[in-house]
Amino acid sequence: MATNDQNKIPKELLVPLVRKEDTSEKISGPSRTFMQDARRAFFKNKLAVISVFLVVIIILMSIFGPQMNEYGTDDQDLTRAKMPPHVPVLEKISWLGLDGTLSGKYRGNDVEAATANAIARYDNKEEFIDIKVVDEGDGSRNSAVVDATYHIYDAKDMSDQYFWLGTDTLGRDQWTRLWEGTRVSLIIAFVAAVIGLVVGVAYGGIAGFYGGKVDNVMMRIIEILVGIPNLVVVLLMMLVLQPGITSIVVALSITGWTGMARIVRGEVLKLKNQEFVLAARTLGQSNGKVIMKHLLPNISGIIIINTMFTIPDAIFFEAFLSFIGLGIVPPDASLGSLINAGFDNLRLYPYLLVYPAVLISLIMIAFNLIGDGLRDAFDPKMHK
Amino acid sequence: MFRYILQRLFYMLITLFIIATVTFFMMKMLPGSPLSAEDKLSEEQKAIVLEKYGLNDPVPVQYLRYMGGLVKGDLGVSFAFDNTPVTKILMDRMGPSLQLGFQSLLIGSFIGIILGLIAAVFRNGAIDYTSTIIAVLGSSIPNFVFAGILQYVFAVRLEWFPVALWGGFEYSILPTIALMIFPMATAARFIRTEMVDVLNSNFILTARAKGISEVGVVFKHGLRNGLIPLITVIGPMAVSMMTGSMVIEQIFAIPGIGEQFVTSVTLNDYPTIMGTTLLFAFLFVVIILIIDLLYGLIDPRIRVSGGNS
Repeated sequence: MATNDQNKIPKELLVPLVRKEDTSEKISGPSRTFMQDARRAFFKNKLAVISVFLVVIIILMSIFGPQMNEYGTDDQDLTRAKMPPHVPVLEKISWLGLDGTLSGKYRGNDVEAATANAIARYDNKEEFIDIKVVDEGDGSRNSAVVDATYHIYDAKDMSDQYFWLGTDTLGRDQWTRLWEGTRVSLIIAFVAAVIGLVVGVAYGGIAGFYGGKVDNVMMRIIEILVGIPNLVVVLLMMLVLQPGITSIVVALSITGWTGMARIVRGEVLKLKNQEFVLAARTLGQSNGKVIMKHLLPNISGIIIINTMFTIPDAIFFEAFLSFIGLGIVPPDASLGSLINAGFDNLRLYPYLLVYPAVLISLIMIAFNLIGDGLRDAFDPKMHK
Repeated sequence: MFRYILQRLFYMLITLFIIATVTFFMMKMLPGSPLSAEDKLSEEQKAIVLEKYGLNDPVPVQYLRYMGGLVKGDLGVSFAFDNTPVTKILMDRMGPSLQLGFQSLLIGSFIGIILGLIAAVFRNGAIDYTSTIIAVLGSSIPNFVFAGILQYVFAVRLEWFPVALWGGFEYSILPTIALMIFPMATAARFIRTEMVDVLNSNFILTARAKGISEVGVVFKHGLRNGLIPLITVIGPMAVSMMTGSMVIEQIFAIPGIGEQFVTSVTLNDYPTIMGTTLLFAFLFVVIILIIDLLYGLIDPRIRVSGGNS
């Protein structure tokens, strides 16, 4: 019977228990600090890591990019104005649009008129223009359509020259200007972010730490400042100051620190009455030491996240200011001013808009994704 | 509540007063005069013009005159358009800007709410990821880049819409899309996070237990609660509408306030610049006030503290 079998357990299965150390209380994984946890969480976030790589590459390019060819930022030469992108090797692959040709659709009442239109647009260099008829037309107004491709580098006898991203309306190399512009934009963003960080943390820290009357006065001041739209402040500052990098940084910094100050104050208020601060005080730490060694490390996560999000904001604002003509003045370039120039030539030379627009979008997306990644990484709820 | 509104209105006036004062003195600090580009005028003619506009008076007198006019709703006279009052210029140009702003704010947040809602309900599904990607792209990519893409693809290449200028409704489609990307992305992100929280809360469980249909649960019990915090992002959205209007109106050559501002900046037309700045400031302050009041109405916990938190 089955029940009998269970009761009759073979002797050899019964082994005396060897006395072992008690392991039930043992911690299974290595114990990690909060920062280690955050770092692990951040590096698990693939998008954020890719974004970091992208940002590093863009920063390196903005430093070394302008030196990669022989053209300077302000080398104007009208004979080579508005040349399309022309890249060695890649010029063989036609769909990339880097083969140094301009192309467009031209209309006319018949094929001949359309062709004539195209040729007139392309410097009358008939022998360098390929015409492909798209629509024969029926003789009515603008019914015929031709596709014209203009080999401008051959026409100008410059087929051995390579403007990787083409040239702008004054014949300046767009590659050089693009990376110079990126450098300007990044410098503005980083400096504005750092100033915002320092002022905001100091202001918020003092207000939160000392509390009472100091806090009251400082917070009233902030409330008034926040009530004034920073758009208005920035615009006014830009009107009054000489346009340039410094004034953009000043204008952005004047309004940029209030958000940080409020957040830091809130955090400091929360932390300053906790036991570890009391312990530090009991041990005789000075106020400065308590702030620097005990409070700041505990709010560093929030400070880092906030700074990461100010950078794309600053890049956007700089581009916006340069775009409406209040920012960087020529011959200097920034992403915003390049995009603005691109819009003026959108119809005929779209490549002037495409590259700066793509680059600024990539930068903004990358910084936002890094910010998101950091926010998740510093959120203890997300740690597994 | 009434006291609270009065108090807020009082603060609003102070803020506006400060903005007007600062703007005025900053304009006075600007290098050059409105006539510095008018080489054809002789010194005497310049003197006459300056006298006529009261620009020779001491600055405090000018300041008092300007503030006096401001109280009466008079923003001065534009330097650039022969003697047109700034108020009239702004009034004439208000229409397109308001239409664009409202269209994009409403359509944008509507689509955004729906996107965020779908993403939250089908969490971690394909729709969720798509909507997250849209949200990240939409809140990262500057609106003038969008405007450029739209203008090039749909107006220049495909010729579905007019490239620029302001006529009928079809002229407003592309600028509206370009402007609504930001509110859409913000709303989608925000609603998703909110709704994920709300849908996990106990009252939703109760509603489900009562046997309410899934649609009823999501819309009646979920969305209502998820929508409240959306009020807080109306502020940033409104700001993006204002910066957006300057850029988008310039790109699409729309005769609105933003375009006027950019033109005035290039023309050194101070009264118009000041007028526009004050208008933006006014709109901003009013929007913030409305948001705070709305919040107080909807969430009684805030009203009690009377804004002195």
